[in-house]
Amino acid sequence: MSAVAEAPYVGREMRRKEDPRMITGRGRYIDDIAVPGTLWIAIVRSTEAHARIISIDKSAATGRNDVVAVLTGEDLAGDFAAPMAMVWSPPGVEIKTPEYWPVARGEVKHVGDPVAVVVGRDRYSVIDAAEHVVVEYEPKPVVVDPEKALEDGSPLVWEQFGTNRTHEWKVSGGDIDAALADADVVIEQRMVNHRTAGGAIETRGVLADPNGDKITLHSSTQIPHILRFVLSLLLGIDEDNLRVVAPDVGGGFGSKLQVYPEEVIAVALAKRLNRPVKWIETRSEAMMATHHGRDQIDYITLAANSDGTLTGCRARVVADLGAYQLLLTPFIPELGFPVMGGCYKIPAIDLTFEGVFTNKFCTDAIRGAGRPEATYWIELMMDKLADKLGMDPLELRRKNFIRKEEFPFTTALGITYDSGDYEGTLDRLLERLDLEAFRREQEELRARGIYRGVGFSTYVEVCGLAPSRAVGPQGVGLQAAFWESAMVRVHPSGSATVFTGASPHGQGHDTSFAQIAADRLGIDPQRIQVIHGDTDQGPWGWGTYGSRTISVGGEAVARAAIRVQDKAKEICAALLEAAPEDIELVDGKYRVRGSPDKFKTMAEISGAAHIPPQELPTDIEPGLEATAMYDPENFVFPFGAHACVVDVDAETGKVSVVRYIAVDDCGPPINPMLIDGQVHGGITHAIGQALYEQVVYDDEGQLVTGTFVDYAMPTAAELPSFETDRTVTPSPVNSLGVKGVGEAGTIAATPAVTAAVLDALAPLGVAWIDMPLTPRRVWEAISEAQNGGAQA
Amino acid sequence: MIPAQFDYAAPETLEDAIRVLSEGGPEAKLLAGGHSLLPLMKLRLATPSLLVDLRKVPGLHGVHRDNGTWRIGALTPHAELEHTAELGLVARAAGTIADPQVRNRGTIGGSLAHGDPASDLPAVMLVTEASVTLRGPDGQRTVAATELFRDYMETAVGTAEVLTEVRLGAMDAWGFGYQKFNRRSEDWAMVAVSALVKQTGDVCEDVRIGLTNMGSVPLRAHAVEEALRGQAISAESIAQAAEHADEGTDPPADLNASSEYKRHLARVLCRRALAEAAGLK
Repeated sequence: MSAVAEAPYVGREMRRKEDPRMITGRGRYIDDIAVPGTLWIAIVRSTEAHARIISIDKSAATGRNDVVAVLTGEDLAGDFAAPMAMVWSPPGVEIKTPEYWPVARGEVKHVGDPVAVVVGRDRYSVIDAAEHVVVEYEPKPVVVDPEKALEDGSPLVWEQFGTNRTHEWKVSGGDIDAALADADVVIEQRMVNHRTAGGAIETRGVLADPNGDKITLHSSTQIPHILRFVLSLLLGIDEDNLRVVAPDVGGGFGSKLQVYPEEVIAVALAKRLNRPVKWIETRSEAMMATHHGRDQIDYITLAANSDGTLTGCRARVVADLGAYQLLLTPFIPELGFPVMGGCYKIPAIDLTFEGVFTNKFCTDAIRGAGRPEATYWIELMMDKLADKLGMDPLELRRKNFIRKEEFPFTTALGITYDSGDYEGTLDRLLERLDLEAFRREQEELRARGIYRGVGFSTYVEVCGLAPSRAVGPQGVGLQAAFWESAMVRVHPSGSATVFTGASPHGQGHDTSFAQIAADRLGIDPQRIQVIHGDTDQGPWGWGTYGSRTISVGGEAVARAAIRVQDKAKEICAALLEAAPEDIELVDGKYRVRGSPDKFKTMAEISGAAHIPPQELPTDIEPGLEATAMYDPENFVFPFGAHACVVDVDAETGKVSVVRYIAVDDCGPPINPMLIDGQVHGGITHAIGQALYEQVVYDDEGQLVTGTFVDYAMPTAAELPSFETDRTVTPSPVNSLGVKGVGEAGTIAATPAVTAAVLDALAPLGVAWIDMPLTPRRVWEAISEAQNGGAQA
Repeated sequence: MIPAQFDYAAPETLEDAIRVLSEGGPEAKLLAGGHSLLPLMKLRLATPSLLVDLRKVPGLHGVHRDNGTWRIGALTPHAELEHTAELGLVARAAGTIADPQVRNRGTIGGSLAHGDPASDLPAVMLVTEASVTLRGPDGQRTVAATELFRDYMETAVGTAEVLTEVRLGAMDAWGFGYQKFNRRSEDWAMVAVSALVKQTGDVCEDVRIGLTNMGSVPLRAHAVEEALRGQAISAESIAQAAEHADEGTDPPADLNASSEYKRHLARVLCRRALAEAAGLK
């Protein structure tokens, strides 16, 4: 009998163990942590998008009350051992990477670039003093449009490179030229996938606390172990003298998958001044100095035979990377490449990615990171192709779906999709959405001037980073690995602690990891605590991002727990004078097969493990704990079918989402409630991008959307009540069969929303609108289609 | 929130408030609900030297009706207006302000004295032909809403004056409509139109139209009013009149709207507000 056959906790809708603490205000975020004698940091930031620094006059600020030091990039030159890190070195491709120092030296490259640091005894005083640091700039030409930045004669963000093009990376499979030449139909479209922000409700913050030779950095981060590793290199401090703690983290969405200048500055100052130092980002700073996402222009070509069989696709992606290279900046657009053919059989795929410097802040991973862009274009191209062929868009999809029995399926790009049942999720979706009835209703409403539309997205995404061999130095070239770790320790009285190298920040792993361990240990999950986010506690790990934590970190927990279970069985067998292979774990009892009355509980076994009785053989090591490091052999490929229904007020251009149905498949659920939460949040993120949110810089590189007034993140009032459902197709990659789901909604939903608006407006002749589909853009598109002329 | 340094006073009488405000000079500011002022201070767009908090001053709170006149204390929060249905258009417009938290704290007096042309109540005050009571070191005066809003966030309230009360006539015989257009429900209006219609049978006896965020101050759409007054009310007459909604306006473009789009919105919203006010839904 398999070890998990009786599993009673996995699959249950358990309430989050972390919630009572958090919803009663007892969470512990960076700003809740107070250390006596702490000095505060304020950052003086560039008001120019591109300029030479002529002078910095610190005198007025230095003389103010409570100010301890005012330090410029030159003052701090000796405190940094190396510039900020970027970790992608794809074999055979050079990526232009300028020296990026935490505090600018000589020039600033974007609005918000740090130019000086004020340290003082009081949070208010340092922010006041920062306003008295006088920086004189000599402005330099600014470029903010990535396509203009690629033109000859464009202002250069970095003159030494002689170009704003950072790199070009290509991947292809099959004969794309033949495919395009031989196809019956070839369609093309330019799509803008605009710049967005992560918008975590807890802004970033750091507290660096020195004690002797050791410095503890508390940071609102998704990657404490990576952060410690990189900081040790950037600051020349041995890792044993650095501890990084991620306490409760109030949202990340990729924006805290980063090593930021302020983290480096804080540790450098703690070392230099031998005092605790703290910095809490303001919302205005978060908008300009926490990395953005997306921001690419895609030129897509899709080819098919007249019967709808796809024959090839080609994409050129122009990615606006901003002014510098942060940790993964140039890699993020490419991260979508494995699923750029969607869930369809396409024999030839040819992709080219170009990175571009502009005078804006860096882009990097934001929820979905490359895959929302990939899904956006393939799904909307399928709609356009269906339109061109006069086919039903869902029939076109079904015709090209990789079939359930064809998995594992290797795509033209050599990527092996693990498992899937794309027809199954679409069928389930259409059980919930009666499309014929919808079309009748749509007609009736149109007759009354109400423009209702439906859009679909049948998506597949790639997550579960690892596998290290595919993603690391010998694979696509990240100078990192992506296994995950867990240590499971059963205490003498029978409760347990799970230490994970992952670093959840809202995902609910305190609960889901406890459920996974509970079934394998025979302990109630309420008696299992999950510890994460502290480099001094538990094994090394690569952090939480990319929907990797349940399928990589969760599997590590399962494996460590099974090791503990194996040892528990060995001990139990000795206590009951049975053979270890005859011990089975049923309902929390380690019992002798065939003699259900002969059993020991985990409390009894763990007691014996810690205080060995006479009958325990001396070759059994004392204690009851185990560690597992898990590096999967493949990615996992969650998928699903989403439908969005919108009403468009054709007079004003306002779009209202009236219904959203999501059928997702992420394998067997660990905790269905947590999956629903992730899907709700993910869809919200995508509806935000599709209809509301955009980071806007003006032509001078000034940030226009500097607050949540202008950066229009939607609220509950703008959203429908989501309808979620699931199918279950296990992944063969891990023993849990699970796939990640943290980004699925975000990856799936932008094309569904856009397609719904285009469907609604089809009778008005609107064929395309770039996101965000704001009232103004929709109104202008309608006006243009109706009048055939441009609107102001 | 990390504002620039300021002093703070919370006087217990109106007289003390006026005195402290007066002594504080032009950089002293009154604090009511704080939902306009504090965000500006947080962004350091406002850096008052002194905040005079009105929270302890008695007698500035509540909605009262004396025969045909409503008297609304300046510190009455939007939520109380929202939940006083008899206020008609005022209740309706107040219920669209931002979100419940803001409506629980923000006040009518604060909103009017702030004079943001994108906020809801100023144009409503124009069409209800309201007036405000101002108390200062030199005594009390009454200013009509038409004289209150002078320019973008500039009102007739003197630096040492306290807006204490809003008065407006009961509009029991009038139908009303309020059409506000924004991207998110919590946002300021991109454009809003308030409409009051007094009908005798099918005939529009009188009509008033207010425009929000169509210029640096709230506006009346007189051309619409003239086109409809005395006419038979119908979908057609309303639509024709509403075409004049943007006449004489010069709305500034912003992140969310071009000037032309705002003009278009004003015409559409005016038609809808009139239809609502006339019960033509």
